[in-house]
Amino acid sequence: MTFTGWLTIVLFALILTALAWPLGRYMAKVYTGERVILTPLFAWPERMLYRVLRVDPKREQDWKAYAKSLIVFSLAGWLVLYLILRTQDAFWVPHALNPLGYHSAPWNVTFNITSSFMTNTNWQYYSGETTMSYLSQMIGLTVQNWLSAGVGIVVAVALVRGIVGRTGKSLGNFWEDMVRTILYVLAPLSVLVALVLASQGVIANLSNSLIVHTITGLTQTIAMGPVASQHSIMLLGTNGGGFFNTNSAHPFENPTQFTNFFEMLAVLVIPAALVFMYGRMAGNRRQGYAIYATMMIMFLGAVCVAYIAEAHGSPAQHAAGLHTGVIHGSGGGNMEGKEQRFGIAGSALFDVVTTVTSCGAVNSAIESFTGIGGAVPFANLSASEVIFGGVGTGLYSILLYVLLAVFIGGLMVGRTPEWLGKKLEAREIKLAGLGILITPLAALFCTALATASSAGRKSISEVALSKAGSNTPQGFSETFYAYLSQANNNGSAFAGYTGFIQPNAGSHGSHGITFADLLGGFDMMFARYAPILFALAVAGALAGKRVTPAGLGTMRTDNGTFVVLLIGVIVLVGALTFFPALLLGPIVQGLTGHLY
Amino acid sequence: MKRDIVTSIIGIVLFTVLLGLVYPLAITGISQVAFPGNANGQQIHLNGQLVGSKLIGQNFGTPVLEKNGKPKEVKGAVVTEADPRYFQGRPSATEGGANNAAASTFSNHGPNSVKTREANEENIKAYLELNRPYDPGLTVARIPVDAVNSSASGLDPEISQANAWIQAYRVAAVRHILRGIVDRLISKYTSGRGLGFSGEPGVNVLELNLALDRERKILVIK
Repeated sequence: MTFTGWLTIVLFALILTALAWPLGRYMAKVYTGERVILTPLFAWPERMLYRVLRVDPKREQDWKAYAKSLIVFSLAGWLVLYLILRTQDAFWVPHALNPLGYHSAPWNVTFNITSSFMTNTNWQYYSGETTMSYLSQMIGLTVQNWLSAGVGIVVAVALVRGIVGRTGKSLGNFWEDMVRTILYVLAPLSVLVALVLASQGVIANLSNSLIVHTITGLTQTIAMGPVASQHSIMLLGTNGGGFFNTNSAHPFENPTQFTNFFEMLAVLVIPAALVFMYGRMAGNRRQGYAIYATMMIMFLGAVCVAYIAEAHGSPAQHAAGLHTGVIHGSGGGNMEGKEQRFGIAGSALFDVVTTVTSCGAVNSAIESFTGIGGAVPFANLSASEVIFGGVGTGLYSILLYVLLAVFIGGLMVGRTPEWLGKKLEAREIKLAGLGILITPLAALFCTALATASSAGRKSISEVALSKAGSNTPQGFSETFYAYLSQANNNGSAFAGYTGFIQPNAGSHGSHGITFADLLGGFDMMFARYAPILFALAVAGALAGKRVTPAGLGTMRTDNGTFVVLLIGVIVLVGALTFFPALLLGPIVQGLTGHLY
Repeated sequence: MKRDIVTSIIGIVLFTVLLGLVYPLAITGISQVAFPGNANGQQIHLNGQLVGSKLIGQNFGTPVLEKNGKPKEVKGAVVTEADPRYFQGRPSATEGGANNAAASTFSNHGPNSVKTREANEENIKAYLELNRPYDPGLTVARIPVDAVNSSASGLDPEISQANAWIQAYRVAAVRHILRGIVDRLISKYTSGRGLGFSGEPGVNVLELNLALDRERKILVIK
């Protein structure tokens, strides 16, 4: 561990807060229809979009209508993306946009990819530079990066409206929210981030691969592509699907020490801003600050554990006789699967940033993290991504936890629980409880199915199998992480786990592992849309409630006591659900120096 | 319902055009005009020939020849041995040979895996064989971790300074140039921390090796 490492972590938290606060204020204005700085620029395109889409933004929707629009829109997106990916080598695709003549991936892999990008998961069994044409990356994957991010954000906005709303059943209008999210929030940020990244060395071209003749007489082929535009929205929308196989570890996606820091800010800025937005829309900024504090405390805790564990080095390194401490000119630590320019702190921090959110981009191989370092992303996912979380998903998930915490707090003091002046009753608590438990249920069910069946074990990487060919804790970790990550719509991976065998570039002679492809695809869709429906139902249930002024006996939800209670509830639910499974994988590895 | 379906279809088509064509092409176009070097991967040319990208790590080895004079191949990948005149980059676990920039791959070596230990030991052995003759005090415990742990992308263009300083003994001796010159070039091609605190300094191996080749013969000592 180094001083600059700790400094990076502290400065990151400070700069993030400084950026998210004004953005939260801006977003609160966007969703309450107030005039913002970009209104003169976007008012006309906004009106035109409504006209082309044939929507009347003034038409208010209750939760069922809102949910229906959302589901239909997502289904249409799914179908179109599937068709685009399956016709990658069709005659109408110009050669310039598929210069390497890549065939489509098989149907089962495409099913997984499509479900993955539609649900903001961006789990990738395929490897970008050897599977996808430039056109597929652009009109297929990039588009869903935008839309799935938008869907997440509008659900959070709708839930907030339900919680604070005082005017009947309406949650707003889905189409208006989508259009405003894309125009006023995602578009300006995405263009800005893309250009900053391109100026720092993230590539942006449509060239054919480079053929290099090295100075020692070898040849090297370097994959190219329109990376900056896709990379920028995949960070901001907490999507996480890399243009290249090694994602943000690839020097063309994350070229320098500076871009690494900048990219981490891009991932967290919208999820963090949404929390401040909630406080403003609730008419009490302290409500937002309390949730922000909850998230930040848990976030920093996770970062510290990951950094210390990775700086300590791995049992395999020590068994080989390596010294893993800091020496003059080298940061030391577990550098297996990490890049020199990021170092240990930059890798550990990035790892936590992208696993507390639903981003799942990686700048280092999580599979190669030490047992305890690797347990951190597990823990982040086990907390159902409420520590900032994905764009929108983080806020609506933690608001369900807030509801639960208010309920539990109410039981402890023996009063009817109230939240922002609204009485919480059986219906809301039931819906919130289901919304919270459905993701862990999907993750554990799929993991059990995959570990117990021989079809599931086919996906475990050779490296994770011991010499005798039996399963190891690493093999279990791979499997568990795969379905946990897909259920949480995260998309990061213990990347040895595979659902796609691709012997050659361009999908020649490739085939999918149907079991892993389908199970993962259903896992992602179920665990995405079921909680969304529960969140919207909670919003609907709360929207119509009468507001009573807070009395002396009302439990406050904006002070330190509540922050502690909320952390307690999150940790308890996560730990009770996942502890047995975590023990079998990463914790066993973290507690032993034994090699398998 | 019908209304939602119509709007959804129009919406997907419209957003596909706006966000899938207009947006990426605009970003790519602006980048090509404003940052042509960076947008095209910071290519380095030597005598009119493309010798690499500054950002993509290379294999500075020479092909191992079979008895019949043909390059030896294992699983379709050319087997190479390190060229002692050049600084060597980090171990790479890409499929189809080291530093395969057409298909980046993680090593995915687990922390408690016997295979990880074996891969580390193999890299340690190679590193010691290459460098110990020129740096007799070199032991396993003194090897910087980045020199024997494979990188995440398999394309890491940089090595740690400690790694470069150890290899500098060899490069200076094989090339018959002053150690001071090598050290000067190492610090010249070391990237600093981002904003002064983010990340770790790294030495760009390709740039360093090209600069070594450019060093004038006058500096050669016998």
